Parts: sequence; structure tokens; C-alpha cells
Amino acid sequence: MALFYDDDQSMLADSATQFMAEEGSIKKQLRHWRDRDCPDGFGHDLWKQFGEMGFTGILVSEEDGGLGMGNVEAGIVLEQIGRNLTPSPFLTSSVLAATAIGKGSNDLRGRYLPGLISGEHVFAVAIDEGAKHRPERIKTKAEKSGNGFKLNGQKDFVIHGASADMMIVAARTSGSDDDDDGITLFAVPKDASGLSQDAVRLVDSSVATHAKFDNVELDGDAVIGEVDGGRDVLNAMLHAGRVGAAAESVGVSAGSMDMTVDYLKQRKQFGKLIGEFQALQHRAAHLYSDVEIARAAVIKAQQLLDAEAESAELMVSVAKAKAGTTSNLSVREGVQMHGGIGMTDEYDIGLYMKRDRALSEFLGDANYHTERVAQLSGY
Amino acid sequence: MSDLDQFRQETRDWLEANCPPEMRQPVRDEGDVYWGGRRAKFKSDAQKSWFEACAAKGYTVPAWPKEYGGAGLDGPQSKVLRQEMSRIGARPPLSSFGIWMLGPALLKFGTEEQKIHYLNEIAQGKIRWCQGYSEPGSGSDLVSMQTFGEDKGDHWVVNGQKIWTSYADEADWIFCLVRTDKANKYQGITFMLFDMESKGVSTKPILLISGNSPFCETFFDDVEVPKDQFVGEVNRGWDVAKYLLGHEREMISGADSGDRTSAIGAAMLRHTGELDTMLRADLAKFDVEALAYGAMGEKFLDEMKAGKGHPAQPNMMKYAGTELNKRRHELMMAAGGSRSLEWDSEETGGGKPSRGWLRTKANSIEGGTSEVMLNVVAKRILDLPGA
Repeated sequence: MALFYDDDQSMLADSATQFMAEEGSIKKQLRHWRDRDCPDGFGHDLWKQFGEMGFTGILVSEEDGGLGMGNVEAGIVLEQIGRNLTPSPFLTSSVLAATAIGKGSNDLRGRYLPGLISGEHVFAVAIDEGAKHRPERIKTKAEKSGNGFKLNGQKDFVIHGASADMMIVAARTSGSDDDDDGITLFAVPKDASGLSQDAVRLVDSSVATHAKFDNVELDGDAVIGEVDGGRDVLNAMLHAGRVGAAAESVGVSAGSMDMTVDYLKQRKQFGKLIGEFQALQHRAAHLYSDVEIARAAVIKAQQLLDAEAESAELMVSVAKAKAGTTSNLSVREGVQMHGGIGMTDEYDIGLYMKRDRALSEFLGDANYHTERVAQLSGY
Repeated sequence: MSDLDQFRQETRDWLEANCPPEMRQPVRDEGDVYWGGRRAKFKSDAQKSWFEACAAKGYTVPAWPKEYGGAGLDGPQSKVLRQEMSRIGARPPLSSFGIWMLGPALLKFGTEEQKIHYLNEIAQGKIRWCQGYSEPGSGSDLVSMQTFGEDKGDHWVVNGQKIWTSYADEADWIFCLVRTDKANKYQGITFMLFDMESKGVSTKPILLISGNSPFCETFFDDVEVPKDQFVGEVNRGWDVAKYLLGHEREMISGADSGDRTSAIGAAMLRHTGELDTMLRADLAKFDVEALAYGAMGEKFLDEMKAGKGHPAQPNMMKYAGTELNKRRHELMMAAGGSRSLEWDSEETGGGKPSRGWLRTKANSIEGGTSEVMLNVVAKRILDLPGA
């Protein structure tokens, strides 16, 4: 497969680009909800429009009413989300949760997927148990209780947790904290008794929660996949989420870079456009090169993941690490090259910097994924 | 079975029958590379038979038309051949500036007679070419060149000096930029071809920090060049040169070869037995960059074949690829420790690690410096203002 979009993918890219630039723009969405201190951090109307556009069901199979497309297509939408800093539950619901639920029972798929596809419902995932992403270790416990389970523990960095109708929780049903086996994924409804959440506004004005599970009672049919055998589903979900986050990071990089390059062509100092200075030209050109390389790594990882290739896991980590360091470079250069105005809230470049920080942290930062590349490569 | 599947099967069978096991080993040093030319000698029977089989089949230049010595393969077929050759680790049958640089320029700018004559010679490895671009005062600012060809009616008389002419002392012919109109900077250069045995041509190797001398100074002292030995139009050689530089940058960027971009962490561990934690972290960061760049190379080739992509993209590839390769060799030196410092020991094959490391420092200078590549990206892709 060639490493660029085919005709159908290009059409999707066109409509996602137009939709996100118009409906998902920084002014209409991010600033709008931020300035109202919205407890969700995103607009439900926009999420329904995502449904009307068909974006919500990209990763849902056709049998389940979705479009049955792949990670390349989800990434097309995510890149535009990143470029416009569009706040939405797309990554958590349509990528992470959809991938996990797609591997669940008929009952679970029937219960949750229609609401996802219509944009009525929002899902969250609860994986991290500390300030850093470390899904190799799961402490949250689910003990057998009658026909179901009792969930106890705590999760952090649950994005959209407070707005979600259901959250997917990775818990331990057997073994010790660092075991690969003994993990089970659960679909926990919002109103489950014993579930409490502290919502916290993050630097990018999204909202995440610390979720507490205090004897949360779950039916047996809340299990996604196999009891004790949830690691595979968790990994599938994480791979899709990571490559998706990487695609969004490429969008953040490109959006921030374009803004900066435009500014270099307008701003005059010392009687010249600052874009005439070679020192800045070289930094801009280096940034361009980095963004192109990150973009290539991401599409390669998406294609390998869609083809279920053995090397997909390695390339997903390459993509997440590379996209993270690149978007970090892009926003730092962006603010610096904008000078004083880059420090103002009025100007958008700083919003890119905030989003980059949150997105890079989500599902493992560049260090985490670089470490994985070393391990997966055998050293 | 699709046509392409069938082609793959035929290619496999052909390679099995024609590529000797010895030619499936990685290239160890310069002696393993066959450059062709009048004075060429094969290192082994296997090298000879592999070259001859490829030349007969058109596989020294598979994508060139058959009438010019190629195999006339289309894009997908070329990719299949490349994949199948890399699957068995087959060595390139012929290395040649004729194939990489002059050939593409002739295909675009040459007359039919030139194509038939020169391209077939290149494909058959008969003539070894070198490139005369840079001059002592004209490196990155190539267009400032001074070598002058004076019009003498039926021939030019060329005087001047070139520098960094790779393997000029072993080449048979040179393709060369010569100023033919002093009044016109860009439109006063002619792209000439001539025999290195012409009277008045002399070469002198330049010893480099690596202890090798692949480059030469080349002197032209009243060299007579017949008036029909030019490519493109007289005084419009800059067009040819620019086109050719694009190809050269692609080649130096290593977009098509695995060895500049492959992951090294695991290889270094095998080699040294253990890695200290700081080095391991550096290697892992490098591997992320290298694997990402590898994807970029693949994307770039796919886009080029499909006619997509920006024409200045090779400049970006050249910049990123050569900087990466330099970093790779820095890490290899660090991983090798004191052993990689040995300049003449048997174990290091006569100082291969350090000589290789020093050689890479030229990557971001030759074929246009990294700074020039960034200038091009800034101006032609990002459209930033200024001269």
C-alpha cells in the first residue's frame, strides 16, 4: 500500500478539513467553551454533528452500524481535530472505546454502539493509576461477587470522565500488580453506585477526573472480552488510541507551524520581515522537516495496524514518540517566534502549546514510547 | 494470479538462477562494489557473472526503456524487483554516477542519439563517469563557477579547475559544468561531456580526514571539447544541473537504502555485549528518529512515483537523512568505545569505524550543505521572503 491517502481517504480528508475548520474552529469551540467554564470542556451539539458526518462510527464495523474503516481514516479526522484544537470526545469514544467495545459481546455492542454512532453518548477510558502512564501495572481490583464483580481502586487522568455515559476500566481479577495476565476490562456505567469522580480542569481546558471505585457492583455482562484475558483487548485499545493521539499531535504540529510561518511573513522588525532572517528560516525549515517525518511515521503505523502486521506495535510507539517530540518543538518554536504576542491569551499560539502538553502525556509520553521502542527492538 | 504476482514469481526464479550466493552478502568495503568502466576488473567470478546477468536482462537500470539498455519496468514492477532483491540481500550489480546522475539528466534533456549511445554504455558499465561541478571558489554557491569554455567554432577550449570530483582519477568521462557566457550568471553555463583522456586533463587525489581519497582536484588546461558534446541547450546547462542535483540529493539522503535508517540499538547490544543506560537511551532516541525517517523515505518514493509531492522535497530528505546518518556514526563510535578509535588494527578492518565516522561528516556538505538545503526548504516550500 502506498504511504499516502487513496481517493476515498482524500475525500474524507477534504470533508474533515472543511468541517473542523468551520464547525470545530478554535473560536467556535475551544474558546467558546473555555470562556464559559463549561464543565464538559466540549460541546455536545458538535459531537452530534460528528455523528451526522459519520465520523463517530469510523472504527465501528458495518455489522454494528458503523463505517468499518480503519486507523488511517480515524487519523484523518484526528489530524484536523489537532489542527483546530477542536475539543471533542472523538479520541476517547470513537477510537479507544470503540476499539474495545468492538471486541465485546453482542450484548455490549448492542447496548453501547448505537449511542456512540449517533453522537448521543460519550465514553471515557480509565487506565492510568498515577501521574504517568504505566498500564503494565494494574492495581485496581475486581473481585468475584455473586454473578458479577466488585470493583475497588482508583484511576487518574480519566479524560471526559465526568461527562461520560460509560467508562471502560482496566482492573485486576487475578495475579499480582505487574502480571500481564489477570486483567479484565469492564464497561462501567456512569451511575454505578460506589463510583465517584473528582473533576479537574487541565491546562488545555479539557476536563479529566480522578475516579474512585468503592465496592462498585458490576454484572457479569459488564465484562469486555474474557475474564482474566483482558490484556489483549487493552493492548488493541491502547494501540489505536496511541496512533490516534499521534495523528492528533501531527495536526497540532502542523497547525502551530502554519500559524508561525504565516507570522514570519507578516511581522516586521529592524525594517524587515522577520521571515527574511536566515536564523529563523533555518529553524522553520527544520521544523517543517520534522513535521513531515512525524506525519510519515504516523501513516506508516496506521497502515501497519490496519493490516494487523507484526511490526505495528513497534511503529505505533515510534509514531507516538516522534509525533510528541515534533509537536513539542512546533509549539515551543511557535511561541518563541511570535515573541511577546505569543505569550498573550488573546493569541491562539499559546493554546497549541497547552494542547500539546496534554496530548503528549496522554497514553504515554515520548520517553515512555522511546523506552518501548528499545524493549521491542530487544535491547 | 495477477500480472504483478506472476512478475514477482518470475523475478524470484530469475534471481535464484542468476544471483550467486556470494553476491547476497552485505557489501563490506569499497572492493565489493563494481563500478564498471574501461579499466574495471572484477573482484571475483561471482561478481562478474552477477553483473553480466543483470546487464543482459536490463537490471542494472531496470526502469529505463529497453532501447536504452534498461528492462522497461513500470513503477510497481520496479518496486517488486527492489523488494525481491532486498529480500535475498542481493548486492547492486553496478554502482555508477552514470546511473544515478547523468542517466536521469540524459533521459530528460538528451537527444535521441545521445540517449541510445550514452545510456546503453552506462547500462552496460562500459564507461565510468565522474561529475565536475564544484570549484575551489564555488561550493555551495555553485553558480559562481569560473571554468570557462571559449568558442572556437567547431569546438570549445576549456580552462579551469574542478574540485571534489569523486573518483576522477578512475573515471573515463566527465559530465561537467562550464561557463560559456561570462556576462550571464545563470544562463551562461553549458553542461558538457568529455573524455578524461583528452589532452590537458589532469587529476590529483585529495587526502581526507578519514585517511582516504575518493575525491580529486581536476585541472583543465586548454582541453578541446567537440561542439556536439553537450546536454540540453548551450548556455542553459543550469537547468540540467538543477535537475541532476535533485537526483543526487535523493541519492545522498539514502531514501532508497536501508542502511542509513535502520535501527541500531539492537545491533550495538549484540556487538558490545552491554549498553550503559545513558547510551541505551540515546540509541533508543536515535532508533525512533531512524524508523520515522525510514517511513518518510518510503512515503517520499511512493509519492514521487505517483507524481505527487513537492519538487523541493529531496532537499528536505537530504537534510534530514544526512544529519541522521552523522548522528548514527557518532553513536556507533560511542558504543564502540576505545576499540572504535583503532586506526590500523586487524580487528577493526583497518579502522573502519573511525574512518566511516569521519567520512559521514561530508554528508551534510557534499551535494549542497545542510544550510543550503534549509534555505531551499524555507524559500521554495515555506515560501519565506528574501533573496
